[in-house]
Amino acid sequence: AAPVDFLQELPSCQSARRRRGGTQERRPALLGTAGGRGAVARAQQQKRAELAARPAREQPLSIAEKRTLRDSQQAETERLSRWKKWRRTSSKSLKKALSEVRGLSSYLVLWRHDMHSIEGKFGTGIQSYFSFLRFLVLLNFIVFILMFSFVTLPIIISKHGIFNSTIAYISPKNTDDNCTIYEPSGNKGLVYFYAYIKDLFSGTGFLEVTSLFYGYYTVDAVQISIMRYNLPLAYLLTTFAYLALSFLWIMKRSGEGFMQNLVHDADPFQSYCNKVFAGWDFCITDPSAAQLKQRSLQYELQMDLQEEKLKQKIAERTMKEKLRIYSLRIFINIIVIAILSGCFYSIYRVTVFSQENSNVSIRSDTRTDSTNLLVQYLPSMVITLANFIGPLIFSFLIGFEDYTPAFEIKLTLMRCVFVRLANIGVLLFSLWSQISDCGADKCKPCGYNYKLYPCWESDVGQEMYKLMMFDFLVILAVPLFVNIPRKLLVTHSSCKVIQWFGLQEFQISDNVLEIIYGQTICWIGTFFSPLLPAIATIKYFIIFYIKKVILIHTCKPAARPIRASGSNFFFLVVLLIGLILAFLPLGVSIARIPSSKACGPFRNFNTSWEVIPHTVLEFPTVLQQILFGMASEAFAVPFFMIICIIMFYFIALARAHKRVVEQLREQLVLESHDKMFLIRKITEAQR
Amino acid sequence: GAMGGSASLIPRDLLGEYQELTFLSKQEILLAYKRFSELLPKEERESACSVRVPKSHILTLPELRANPFQHRICHVFSTSETGDDSMSFEDFLDMLSVFSDSATSDIKSHYAFRIFDFDDDGTLDRKDLEQLVNCLTGQGEESRLSSAEMEQLIQNILEESDIDRDGTINLSEFQHVVSRSPDFASSFKIVL
Repeated sequence: AAPVDFLQELPSCQSARRRRGGTQERRPALLGTAGGRGAVARAQQQKRAELAARPAREQPLSIAEKRTLRDSQQAETERLSRWKKWRRTSSKSLKKALSEVRGLSSYLVLWRHDMHSIEGKFGTGIQSYFSFLRFLVLLNFIVFILMFSFVTLPIIISKHGIFNSTIAYISPKNTDDNCTIYEPSGNKGLVYFYAYIKDLFSGTGFLEVTSLFYGYYTVDAVQISIMRYNLPLAYLLTTFAYLALSFLWIMKRSGEGFMQNLVHDADPFQSYCNKVFAGWDFCITDPSAAQLKQRSLQYELQMDLQEEKLKQKIAERTMKEKLRIYSLRIFINIIVIAILSGCFYSIYRVTVFSQENSNVSIRSDTRTDSTNLLVQYLPSMVITLANFIGPLIFSFLIGFEDYTPAFEIKLTLMRCVFVRLANIGVLLFSLWSQISDCGADKCKPCGYNYKLYPCWESDVGQEMYKLMMFDFLVILAVPLFVNIPRKLLVTHSSCKVIQWFGLQEFQISDNVLEIIYGQTICWIGTFFSPLLPAIATIKYFIIFYIKKVILIHTCKPAARPIRASGSNFFFLVVLLIGLILAFLPLGVSIARIPSSKACGPFRNFNTSWEVIPHTVLEFPTVLQQILFGMASEAFAVPFFMIICIIMFYFIALARAHKRVVEQLREQLVLESHDKMFLIRKITEAQR
Repeated sequence: GAMGGSASLIPRDLLGEYQELTFLSKQEILLAYKRFSELLPKEERESACSVRVPKSHILTLPELRANPFQHRICHVFSTSETGDDSMSFEDFLDMLSVFSDSATSDIKSHYAFRIFDFDDDGTLDRKDLEQLVNCLTGQGEESRLSSAEMEQLIQNILEESDIDRDGTINLSEFQHVVSRSPDFASSFKIVL
């Protein structure tokens, strides 16, 4: 009787009793009876069995202890049946083979040694930028292989007649003859040498008729021995395939970060435990880098503690202050919107001007003019200027908006991302307004402005090509004209002002936005210029080495520490935004704007999308009915509702799990109080 | 070249055994052997597998010399009976195995707990946390946090991780909070 009374005095019992209003409840886990002891013994045996089931190397023991554990495990396996023994040995040899393969394949990883040295000197934060760059090189290479093998290779095979292949041209029906006139200048007549250079930079002339641009693929089908290869369908499906591949690969890479953000309420990247327990980069090998890391950690912890105090102060703001701050923020957001609109309008006007003037000179004669190149590159230059000035203005303005420092950084970053990606959208929009400029019956027979743009997809491809070239030139020029002179000045001059400016910090967010901008151009441009991913691969390959040299020789490590996982998640989210933004212009081009009738694989169709319904009509009737049924409302609405129901189910499940976690936490606190109480009683009893 | 030479110095079955008992691949074990034997004077290099290297030599490795936790690492992984924190080759392999890329997060968090437990009492109490933060920010006078800041920081850490509210962090609480920390796996890593 006495032990039972004693147990009922425990704090957890008392609180449970209070909650249930006085009814007595026995907590089975605390009963010290024989049954309880048996349960404890069973639990111990289970734990020993669990311990033996895990392989020796996963135990936190020294090698000598692991050896004895492994020997005892092997002694146990001797006692098992032959089948289980065979299974265990085969799984062990399989694991050994896999680890050998993994060891060998680690040599194939691109730039392994470079990344290791960057990590040792600058930490994992900056190394995450370079590993992101490597990921983009691989992605672009795979996209290039995809486009090349399904779109370009069949045409090359048939043009050279390998495997007994021929190209089938179907004469266009129902179209006015005017729509099909298209004479690219190519390599006609006597051309000066610098015309080649001009053509290389602007994608016109001899480049326009190569397989780089859409106009080359004016093929309706390729006949390889007995097989008929439907090139228009392949072109469209490969476009969808590379977009889907990029989407899935990015989602897979960012899986971890998404999971964490969705399940937990608190931001896992900002938690103090993350910063303290996972704060030190164990891969740093350079003592001066370690000192810098220590200083930046101190700075970060102090900033976070100050920010917490600031949040408390913000919560205590009076009504009048809140009103003042909100009206100030609205005012500044209006300024930001005004600046953005000014940007977009100037890009629109410049694009229209460039298109009008370059078209005129191409049509009139083949006289080359350097100002013509300038006019052609005017949109790229204005976009790069806007991308450079915008962030400066935003970081200046955000000082007035009185946010917490962490939020300031996030908001500025979001605004910069928006500027960069929206600029591309405005450029494309202004191009389309030119192409679909249908005033005064300019597009009557063909649906688009056929006189100025007989092959408009090639023109859009050329604009994307020019954007990519200019971006590359800027990335090459900035270190040459900014970083290296700055480093020379700082090391050789003793002027106080220059020393105060110091070396440049390696700004990760700016660099990342730069390459994401380039990648978005590549995604949009690949439909109009199938070999663009190859150019992007080479471009990012060279950029890796340039950035590495800049980092090691002309930059000083950043004052604010950058965390690898948070950065990784951020890069991939912005890349995903870029990809989704790339869907829009492509969707409009494929589905809305009539494809050009003078060039390209889709000249026999109204729009590029029409290939698919056309192909579906050639399927057997049953399949046709199924496919048309799937696209109709009778299927889509119930499907959408079912998806909503499944989503709500998972949300409810997550909420229930959260509640269980909270209850278990409370239970743990009570257990600890019990423990303290028991310890006190034991010490009292011992006295 | 050098790797071919040292391959003949570790007997093959021992190499296979090390591969089985650690998370390192064959190339990593051979590289570790090469680096370990460079720490020894020339006469002792033949029997590198059975010799103990004093702590001062281990701390000259570039991977450890810049690390503020260098003394704790040597202490935790050393199996020396005299308590002088000297490391044998097997201790060295143990250390590299825990810090390698393929180690499970369970093992990493277990050893991280032992490294951060400065007074070796099995829990992380306020004194341990204070010493941990001082290691992170630097030992100099001007690089330490003020006592008010330290108090606030430790309070926040305990709030986030001390589930049973007893003022200390035990192993399970530590492993729980570290499993939710996205940076841990990439920062708790040493590759030769």
